[in-house]
Amino acid sequence: MVRQEAVVAEMTPHQMTSGGTVESRPPVLELDGVGVRLEGRQILHDVRFALAPGELTGLIGSNGAGKTTIFRVVLGLLNPTSGRVLIGGQPRPRRNRSVGYVPQKVALDADMPLRARDLVALGLDGHRLGLPTPSRHRRQLVDEMLEAVDATRFADDRIGSLSGGEQQRVLIAHALVSRPRLLLLDEPLANLDLRSEREVVSLLARLAKEQDLAVLISAHDLNPVLPVADRVVYVAHGRVASGRTDEVATTEVLSRLYGHHVDVIRLHGRILVVAGPGEDVDPTLMAGLPQALADLGGPTAT
Amino acid sequence: MGFWSHVVEPGFFGSQAVQNALLAGGVVAAISGVVGVFTVLRGQSFAGHSFGDISATGGSAASLLGLNPLVGFVGMGLVAAGCMEAIGVRRVRGRDVATGIVLGLALGVSALFLYLDTTVHSTTGAVTTVLFGSLFTIPASTVPVVVGCSAGVLAVTLLLYRPLLLSSVGDDIAAARGVPVRLTGAVFLLLMSVAVSLSAVTVGAILSTALLIGPAATALRVAKRPGTAMVVAAATGLVAVWLGSLLAYDSYSWPPTHHGWPVSFFIVALVFVIYLAVDLGHWWQQRRRDTTAAPTTGLSGPER
Repeated sequence: MVRQEAVVAEMTPHQMTSGGTVESRPPVLELDGVGVRLEGRQILHDVRFALAPGELTGLIGSNGAGKTTIFRVVLGLLNPTSGRVLIGGQPRPRRNRSVGYVPQKVALDADMPLRARDLVALGLDGHRLGLPTPSRHRRQLVDEMLEAVDATRFADDRIGSLSGGEQQRVLIAHALVSRPRLLLLDEPLANLDLRSEREVVSLLARLAKEQDLAVLISAHDLNPVLPVADRVVYVAHGRVASGRTDEVATTEVLSRLYGHHVDVIRLHGRILVVAGPGEDVDPTLMAGLPQALADLGGPTAT
Repeated sequence: MGFWSHVVEPGFFGSQAVQNALLAGGVVAAISGVVGVFTVLRGQSFAGHSFGDISATGGSAASLLGLNPLVGFVGMGLVAAGCMEAIGVRRVRGRDVATGIVLGLALGVSALFLYLDTTVHSTTGAVTTVLFGSLFTIPASTVPVVVGCSAGVLAVTLLLYRPLLLSSVGDDIAAARGVPVRLTGAVFLLLMSVAVSLSAVTVGAILSTALLIGPAATALRVAKRPGTAMVVAAATGLVAVWLGSLLAYDSYSWPPTHHGWPVSFFIVALVFVIYLAVDLGHWWQQRRRDTTAAPTTGLSGPER
């Protein structure tokens, strides 16, 4: 119980925005003590974090840590057993189109009869009944969004004929064309080559600033996200800890979180996280860490 | 003139049976194509196929009880769709399991009914009619019902066009847009059951799969947009049924029996030939594009 109170103290919305450039603005998304229990198993415990507009946040954790469950709760596909989800300060509405979402696995077969622009247009009105009515306004919105993600060049190609990075950009345009304030991407960098990975990450960072979005990217690997992330939310065993990237990306904090010695190297303005020699971390290292971060660390925190 | 009178046998268009066949068969082929596009995109071909077999159970029951076969076919299709939805057609693996369980049961019952049909009524024709269709023997009174049901299926499919398309891309992505994914899937299952039952009545239970999947697969080879795919699929089905009817009518003067070949054979053969031709054409076009593009791009391949 003591531990949970400590997390509460650390994770107030006020705290979340204190480090950024957006001091006074309310968070776009706030998770307040969210817990999820499924088939007798506690999947999430007292999850608390908030996302500020214009900021990109990395949701980092190994497979099965609870990242996708957090997304499902925010999207309203899963009801939390406890706690609250606030979007723009309001309780999350049931059918919610105010959140843009790019899921982890989208099977876009080569024979899917859908052009890039058709998929983007479905982001605008895919939930509506009846046949779409083409209009200049609709076309303009789609064109603008394709332009914003640099997808104009292949706008009229079949979606299944595009490369992984191109498909990812079209899916981002699909998620953003209805102008949500919050964009969630579930493992958007999985299965991309290094160059596409860099392109997608910097596109997302640019969109966050340009369109004043709160962007949440989940990833199991910290490295591609670190250069652009303003904040990091770390998930392990269904609990979260969060902080500004420069607070979290230190040898001490990450070693605690991973439960294994990790070196953080700063090189040409970039941050690299590398697994160190195979020794487990001395628990006394916890002293001096921010409480919420230390709270999670390693194999003992279950 | 002499040639054409040989292709279109005298009396082809004048025959009431032929008119019924062209109308009912054409309408059913068109909606099978439209529904088929979504069936293939959603990966529900197995469920689509099994509706044909399952509705045959209803057809054989109707034959046993002396009911209108259409009632048996469509009624049983709807019941099966409901059972599949209840058992768990939504989960990806549950989907095939639910289909398999319902299909197995229906085929067993079907075997019993057909056995009773042949022994009690000693109507050996029932087996052939139920399984392989009876396009030329559709009663005139059934035609308006077939057309009406088809129009209903088409209307609901077009109403659900966008939600169906989006959930074909992904259930998650559709749910995030606010599409009621489960309801959409359940309604589509009903649409598919009605479309397939109708084609089971006309071209037969076993061959209804060909009209559902063949034209849709053909269309997906060539169409770049969903609307185009649906139009191409409907047209392909229509051409196969009409041309098949013509050939079947012509075949009355063919060996060995001079009693005509089954129309279902011609339809299915045409569906297959059209698919093959389109596939070959697509492959040929692709090959030509690749060989002409190769010298300019060199080893590194196209920029993207």
